[in-house]
Amino acid sequence: MSLKGTLNSIGRALRTPKGAISGAWLALVVLGAIFAPVLTPYDYDIQDLPNAFAAPSFAHWLGTDEFGRDLLTRVLYGARTSLSVSVLSISVSVFTGMVLGAAAGYFGGAFDRAVTIFVDLTWSFPEILIALILVAIIGPGITGTMVAIAVAYLAQFTRLTRAQIMAIRSETYIEAAKSLGARDSFILLRHLLPNSLAPVLVAGMLATGDAIILEATLGFFGLGAQPPTPSWGSMMSSGSALLFKAPWIIVFPGLAVAITVVAINLFGDALIRALDIKTRLREA
Amino acid sequence: MLDYLIRRVLLLLPVFLAVSAIIFLILHLIPGDPVDNLLKVGSGPDARAKIEAKYGLDQPLIVQYGMWLGNVLQGDLGTSIITRRPVSSMIAQVLPNSLMLGGFALLFSSIMGIILGIVAAAYRDRWPDQIIMGGVLLGSTLPSFWLGLLLILAFSVQLSWFPVSGARGWESLVLPVLTIGLGGMALVARVTRVSMIDAASRDFVLLLHAKGLSPARIRLRHVLRHALIPVVTILALRIGWILGGAVTVEYVFARPGLGLTLIKALAQHDYPVVQACLLMLAIAVMLGTLLGDILQALMDPRVRSAMT
Repeated sequence: MSLKGTLNSIGRALRTPKGAISGAWLALVVLGAIFAPVLTPYDYDIQDLPNAFAAPSFAHWLGTDEFGRDLLTRVLYGARTSLSVSVLSISVSVFTGMVLGAAAGYFGGAFDRAVTIFVDLTWSFPEILIALILVAIIGPGITGTMVAIAVAYLAQFTRLTRAQIMAIRSETYIEAAKSLGARDSFILLRHLLPNSLAPVLVAGMLATGDAIILEATLGFFGLGAQPPTPSWGSMMSSGSALLFKAPWIIVFPGLAVAITVVAINLFGDALIRALDIKTRLREA
Repeated sequence: MLDYLIRRVLLLLPVFLAVSAIIFLILHLIPGDPVDNLLKVGSGPDARAKIEAKYGLDQPLIVQYGMWLGNVLQGDLGTSIITRRPVSSMIAQVLPNSLMLGGFALLFSSIMGIILGIVAAAYRDRWPDQIIMGGVLLGSTLPSFWLGLLLILAFSVQLSWFPVSGARGWESLVLPVLTIGLGGMALVARVTRVSMIDAASRDFVLLLHAKGLSPARIRLRHVLRHALIPVVTILALRIGWILGGAVTVEYVFARPGLGLTLIKALAQHDYPVVQACLLMLAIAVMLGTLLGDILQALMDPRVRSAMT
């Protein structure tokens, strides 16, 4: 599909009520994360102990945490960490998955068998288990979280790309290109990948929602972003011990995760309809 | 059937070897010397020599893996660095809690999910369907640990119906089961709805209507039976996912179990415990998937013949 066609589909998705509302929220979160320093008068890591555990008020819209830091500020800065970690690691995962899946689907043979074994192996295990194994090896922190997310979802994109390539590989126009003497790399890059791009990208978008939850879960365990860097998950990690004293510390970051993930799912849904790829996503 | 069973179990063997090899390798992939990572800080050279001999650390990696696997298969999972207790006894202590939690969560999500799916399919595209499917979307996207915290806030703090944490008594199971179950329920409800709608459009249903059977009877006695096969397939595929949910939820509710033990051990760099918990969880996932597959084969003869 051409770039123009894709943009048209996104436009069509945005014109549905579902797509418009979810798209607006996502835009809000992204803009909030980018312009966080301008939007709030507070700092995310400067402590203000006399104001600790302040309930939501006009001065602190979402209240303050155990160190008196403004929670709205931390949610905005947390969006930077959570979104960039999720988007970046899913992008790496999608790219790697496409390379592996395309090569496996197009060339077949021993490489295909090796890739299939890897996919089958990781497929049946829950992402959180795969992520915890990787965090055990790499150690807690943002790097560990990113590698964990990228590997946990790799099987999904590899499988999907491979299925797409296999489906198109035997079409007549590919045969025609081959008989005209086109090289393998040309066929892969010019014909096969562009035609299998849409479902993989939408799957990537939906997985970004799951990745935000996985990041938040690892952060909540204290294995993700380390203090004082705020991420939505790590904010809740310190808040869970203070559940009775200051529930807003866990309620608002969690709400940010929940609404964002629902928005990603709704937008993905609208996009699937606009692109008309429901069956292609289900094949894999 | 026996033939199918044997084949399916044999298929599990390479998966087990691969997964256990990865878990074994954790100790060698982390930064630092494996022996140092197995010893408490300040241990003497004799303790060091003992560890080296036990794990054959001067041997090639493949021999070490063999020795480790041999120990594991005999129930020797090593000694915890922090508590100095045998890891196997730590695991034996918490495993029943995790199994109970996972089992009940699975039961809850299957039963509630199927009921909701049937109702949603019966009222297709009308308000009960829309409410259920909206709830399902919410249930499958909320982070489960957050849902757990909200449930604690509502039912333990405000209403004080259930204990906040721990694993004593039946009441302590309610909120954790609910927390994991809601996510699983959402999945089951979605699949049940789609496959009920799909099965209701088959020819044999038309015939049953023509024979004058009541719609409720057709739906529950005939359509449901067909619709359940994909549901069992999904449950079989996603059993690990529900067990994985237990890891998170145990941590939230401070419920002694594999998940809580694992997270604690990760934070304390207690690698023998980390390895044992990961291995147990992986085995639980494999056995769960196997159980689901067997159930599916029992229900659907086509699956059995496809394997042979």
